[in-house]
Parts: sequence; structure tokens; C-alpha cells
Amino acid sequence: MRLKLIPSETNLDFFKYSKYTLWGSLGAMGLSIVLLLVVGLNFGIDFQGGTVIRTQSTITVDVGEYRDRVSGLGLGDISITEVFDPTFADDQNVALVRIKVQSGDEAVTKETLELVQNALKGVDPNMQFPLVESVGPKVSGELIQKAVLAVLAAILLVLIYIWFRFEWQFSLGAVAALVHDVILTLGIFSIFQIKFDLAIIAALLTIVGYSLNDTVVVFDRVRENLRKFKKRKLIDVMNLSINGTLSRTVMTSVTTLLALITLIIFGGDVIRGFVFAMTWGVVVGTYSSVFIAGLILYKLGVKRDWSKNEDVEATKFTSKRN
Amino acid sequence: MLNIPAWQRLIIITLCLGGIYLAFPNLFYSTVEKHNDAVLLIERGQVSEIEVSEDLDGWPTWLPSYLVNLGLDLRGGAHLLAEVQLSEVYADRIDAWWPRIRDELRKNRNIVGSIRRQQSPPDQLHIRIENSEAIGQAVKIVEELASPIVNIANIASRDIQVSSQDDILIIELSEEEKSATDNRTMEQSLEIIRRRVDEVGTREPIIQRQGANRIIIQVPGIGSANELKALIGTTARLTFHHVVRTTSSRSSNNSGLEITYPSIENPDLYYTLERTAVVSGDELTDAQPDFDENGRPAVSFRFNPTGARKFGDYTAENIGLPFAIVLDEEVISAPVIRSHIPGGSGIITGSFTVEESTNLAVLLRAGALPAEMIFLEERTVGPDLGQDSIDAGKIACIIALMAVMVFMALSYGLFGIFANIALTINLFLIFGVLSALGATLTLPGIAGIVLTIGMAVDANVLVFERIREELKSSKGPSRAIELGYEKALSAIIDANLTTLIVAIILFTLGSGPVRGFSVTLGIGIITSVFTAIFVTRLLIIFWFSKSRPRKLEV
Repeated sequence: MRLKLIPSETNLDFFKYSKYTLWGSLGAMGLSIVLLLVVGLNFGIDFQGGTVIRTQSTITVDVGEYRDRVSGLGLGDISITEVFDPTFADDQNVALVRIKVQSGDEAVTKETLELVQNALKGVDPNMQFPLVESVGPKVSGELIQKAVLAVLAAILLVLIYIWFRFEWQFSLGAVAALVHDVILTLGIFSIFQIKFDLAIIAALLTIVGYSLNDTVVVFDRVRENLRKFKKRKLIDVMNLSINGTLSRTVMTSVTTLLALITLIIFGGDVIRGFVFAMTWGVVVGTYSSVFIAGLILYKLGVKRDWSKNEDVEATKFTSKRN
Repeated sequence: MLNIPAWQRLIIITLCLGGIYLAFPNLFYSTVEKHNDAVLLIERGQVSEIEVSEDLDGWPTWLPSYLVNLGLDLRGGAHLLAEVQLSEVYADRIDAWWPRIRDELRKNRNIVGSIRRQQSPPDQLHIRIENSEAIGQAVKIVEELASPIVNIANIASRDIQVSSQDDILIIELSEEEKSATDNRTMEQSLEIIRRRVDEVGTREPIIQRQGANRIIIQVPGIGSANELKALIGTTARLTFHHVVRTTSSRSSNNSGLEITYPSIENPDLYYTLERTAVVSGDELTDAQPDFDENGRPAVSFRFNPTGARKFGDYTAENIGLPFAIVLDEEVISAPVIRSHIPGGSGIITGSFTVEESTNLAVLLRAGALPAEMIFLEERTVGPDLGQDSIDAGKIACIIALMAVMVFMALSYGLFGIFANIALTINLFLIFGVLSALGATLTLPGIAGIVLTIGMAVDANVLVFERIREELKSSKGPSRAIELGYEKALSAIIDANLTTLIVAIILFTLGSGPVRGFSVTLGIGIITSVFTAIFVTRLLIIFWFSKSRPRKLEV
């Protein structure tokens, strides 16, 4: 007996509710953009510059007391947040103290750092500082540029690759799905004000990769079925292809989510934001490869006669027989 | 399709075994690490084999001892991004031209008249000449001094550029000379930082040039970024000066030939010194932490022959007078010369702690940095936090692996177990490749591996689902397996190539932890495609040729 998440024979019409899914997606994207413009992202020091000190003490964190200790130092706005995590020991009380960029291009100076650390030691003389990170404004500006460039380069290269391997309609469908995933991920980061730093860019690009993976598998089947069923309506071919790959789509999503959820629970607070972004990305990526990429492909229409290419494709991409 | 030629089978099996061979020392990380450290110390001749025999024998020499490097976020340590202030060097360089140009112009006094150096931006030399109508000739005279730069691209270039404005000659370094100077400055800075860091003897420090004027420094195991800054950030320019007088304020009237520096020991004491140093730290050959006659920490030093001669001559002529030892514009001490010091060696005393005297000796030995550095970015990770991250990563890896394996076995039965074996081999391969490349594993890198565990089964899922479909159209088991692999291949290749593109972009544009993530992601994609296509197929073939099932259930 096998565990089956999806019945072996499905015949769902994925375009029946396309009006709702399309408007739903567009609405969610619109909302995300509004959120990004109005609320914005909670940029980490990688992108904004500044200094973060992680404190660890055996005494329970009292954010008010921490603030009293450091507010008189003349360092501008200082934010203090307590960190909770199931992996912490009982007497492990962790907080993050964030200081704004002070002056010039430099990261935090030795004097400023010692000033803050000594003030915090007033709360607990045995307080430890297991993580100190400081980024000067010059570097953070460059990091933003690089990050934006990385995401755009990824999307562009993918566009070109799929265009090459399939047709331009496929390419546009895939990229629309990617843009959808990236915008919705930015939106969720804006809603929950999760710290947005360099690692999140890596997560975004991984989402791009994952979502694409899914889209390509569906497209590959569409192409195959288009060759097989030259006379059937495009919508039927699309549905047939999505149904055919549905079991795989769900299986892969589930195994990936199993791994990611394990990381969320046991991986510690340092990478939680990063893993959260990827988990969310897997969910929206799976959705978008069917409901965005598929729909756009359907709406754009596609060349029906693939017979010319067939010989070339067959020699190129089926494995050799020995 | 179901027949893989013997030589291909051999390659597949060899690759798998090779991966396991390279990866398994990582299972005994601390033992192997101690062994490797011991081997390194013996190679350097710092310890004898007997002293470290316990660590050395912990791991047999004939076994592989490759390990994955742990990144700073896992091992703890400090990271700095420094920007070298390259233009500072121009001022020194252009300043050095002044005596030569002065002498040459004086020789031509009949043409240019008397000359006078003017106030100027630090990277230029401004000289006013008396006969302003001869400015054109003056430019020519100075240009004669310039020497060509050996340069393949532009042979015509010279090291200085001379121009004029009214009666003032303006001399500056040419663009070509500036870029050549920049390169030298960077190389020198890298070399000195490397020496200073190596002196402290930490494990696998990373010191890399980044772009035109930046240096990345990563030192595992060091307590904080501030310690690292103290070690490498000091310019450590050591000079010995003749003392003109001592004063109680900084603002004493100095002629151009004198400078005033504060005393490091006494905040109310200032020394006015001759600007030209008697001898400088460039001529030191050795410096060691030491103790003075009262048992206080001190630094002993020795000059090279020219330095020793200058030092000897000076001390012979100035017995009974104080002379100042200056480090980075502060007077460490100003002892009175008691006797002629001929051998070129001496001792610097001051109010040092043992640690400070050790550090100073290191700095003096390694030489002075050619230019100041500004630190644009710094990160310190405590060793405990790193260990916590490793532990968390391990637990997450194991649980994720178990969850995915159980799920696969439940979904695909025997074939699922084949996929699980391939998945395990895949993990060994990832660690094997990481170890062999000497790549660095970071916290996001661990996340990359966990993600790979989830995604690696994808290729197998594609194949198995395809086999199921083929079985539905009632083909024989052998044919169904064959078609399953064949038809799933194009989807597998396309899907993984696109992810690989993303990994490569991350690698090129990313830095630090992000790069670590891209490396594990990229390696994971390649190994997972290999294991899914070849390893599971080989397993299926072995099983199939043994049991010859009539009916197949996937």
C-alpha cells in the first residue's frame, strides 16, 4: 500500500476559476506593492548601515532597563528587541541592540562599541556579546545595488534560457510567475516586518530557482503533449499536462517543505528569517507555476506545430541508447 | 536503457566510493582537526612529534584527512573589510621628489632665478620661480628628470607630470604612476597584514584583495574585531628622533624642520623633535618581546647594517642627550643615551604590559603599513554562538533527512528506498566535494544542504511518477522503467540547469555567507542529478536483474 497525496488519476480543470485566481494574484501583488511603498521593509544593517550587538545574559531581559542604560549615550535612536527561540537554554536570555550609523564611511568605532557594551554590562556584569556586526554606509549602499542587480540578472538569464529552450510565450509565463513570487515575498516581509538582509536576497534567488524548477517541469510536459496531441484544444492540453505533473509537484513541494519546516523549528533564530522566506517561496512558487505561468501561457497562446523541431530536440535531449 | 555498460557502472561506483572516502573524516571533525593541526605544527618545526603524539595518533595518517572549512559564523572569529587610503601614499612619493627637483633647478639658477616651495595640496608639489618668463624652460628642466614607466600598453608614459600656472611649477604623479603606486601599496598592505596575522598563528585566516582598494580579512578564533583591528590596523611606523626640547603644550612654534609629538606615558608632556628621523623602523631586522633590567616588559630590537651604522654614529655623538622613540606619532619613550651603542641592537622600554610588548614586537617585525586603513564593515561571532549554530544545523539536517526518507519510502516503497540510498550518497558527495575543494561551510550553507535534501529527491520523483504513468499504459516493467528515465530526463535537466544558473549568479555577486550558500546549493544540484539519474538507476538495474519481477509497483 502506498501513501498517495494525490489520487493517481486526476482530471481537474485548472482554468475553471482562472478569473478568480488571476484577480486574486493581481490583488495580492497590488497589496504587496502598496505595503512596500507605504510601510516599507525592515532593512537590516546590510542594507542600511549601522551596528547590531547580540547580548546574552542569565538575567531575564528587561527591554526598558536596557534602553535606559544606552539612551543617554548620545548615539541617536537605539532599538532593542528581545529574541525568543525554542533552542535556547532556560537561563539564556538574548536581545539585539541596534545602533544607527554614526559618522563617515566607517563601521562602528572601537570607542562607540566599548561605550555601549560597558553601559549594557551595567545590567549584568557577566553579559556576553556573542555577535557584533557593523556595516558602514558606503558598503551598505553597494550591497543594495549588488542585491538588486543579482535578482534582475537571475530573472533576465532565466528569461533567455527558457526562450532558448522553449518559446517566448513560455519565457514570459515563467518570468511572470517569478515576478509574482518575488513581489509576494517582499509583501509578506513588509507585513510582518521581518528583518530584510543579505541572506534574504539569497533566499529570494533560491525561490526564483525553485519556482522555475516547478514551472519548467510543467512546461516540459506541455511541450511534450503539444507534440502528441496536435489536434486537441490548447486548454485541454494544458490541463492534461498540469494533471499529469500534479503528483510530482505535490510530492516535491512536500519533501522540500518537510526539510524547511524542520529548519524553522530546529535551525535557530539566526537563520529563521532566511528559512521563512524560502518556505513561503515554495508555497507561492508551487501555486504560481500552475496558476500564473500556466495561465499566461494559455492566454498568450502558443505555436501548435512542433513537428519541425522534433528531430533536433529528440537527438539533443533524450539520453543515448547503448 | 536498462543496460549500463560495465565501465559506466565502474565509474558510477568509483565516484560514490570516492565521495564517501573524502567525506567521512568530517564525521570525526574534532579528532581529525587536532591531527591536522599537529601535522602542520610539526611541518613548521614548532613542536616535536612526541609533544603532540596524542593528537597525532588520534587519526591514522593513511586515512584521508580532508575537512570542510567552517566559516566564521560557525567557528567564531572576526571579519573586517578594510579600505586602504591609497592617495596618502601620493603625498609621500611626491614629497620625495622635492630634493632632486630643488637641486636641479638650483643648478639652473641663471635661467629660473631663485626658487621657493609653496603651500600645495598634499599630492602636488608647488614651486615658485623668480623669473616667471622662464617658466616654460623650468617645466622642461623638471620634465627631464622624469623617467619612463615600463608599460606595455602605453610606452610614452612618465612617472611625473609637470605643468605651470603663472610663475608656479606644479608637479604631480602621472595617472600611470599613480595606478602603479596603488598596486604596490595594495600588495605591500596585503603582505604586511598577512605577516601580522600569521605571527599570531591562527588557523586558516583569509586575507584577500577585493576591488581596487579593499581588503577582506577573516580570522577564525580571534576574540573580537577590535582585537583584529588592533593587530592589523596600526600603521606601526617606528622612528628614532633627536630631541630638541620638551614642552607642556602641543602648539609650540615649530620651524618646518621640527615636529611636536605627545608622550604616550605622560599626557602633559610633549616633545619637540627634529623632523628628519635618525633611523627608522624600515631598517629593523628583528624585534622580540623582552624585559628590561627592572623586569618590566620591553621590546628588544636589532638593526640591519646601514641602520646599525647610523644608530652607532648617532649614539657616539650624542652621549648624555635624550633621544625619542616614536611610534605612530607618539613618543613611546625618550631614554638618555648612556654610551655608544655600536652593535645596532637596543631595547625599547615604556609602560607596556606583556601583551602589549608582544604585540609591538609583532608589528615591528612585520613592518609598517604603507597607508592608513578605514574599516568599512566588521563582524564578530563568538565561538559559542557558532557551536550552537552547528548543533542546530546538525539536528535540522538529521530530522529533515529522516522525514524525507520516511515520506519517500511510504510513497514509493522499494523504489523510495532506492531513492533514499541515493539521497544518503548525495549527502556524502556534497561533503566530499566541499572537503576536496577546501570550500567553506557557512550557516546559510547548512540551510542550502537541508534544502538540497528536500529538493534532491525531485529528480527521482519525476522519474518514478513517469514510470507509474508508463505502467498505466500497460507496458512491461522493463520498458516502463526505461521510458520513465528517458522521458523524465529533459525535465530534470531543464529544471536543474535553471537552478544552477541562479546558484552561479549568487556565487558571482554574493559575498561571505551568501557565497557559502551558493556553493552548497550548486554542488548539491550537480550531485543530486548525478545520484538521481545514475545511482538509483544502477540500484534499480541490480535489483531488476536479480528478481525479474513480472509486475512492477512503484
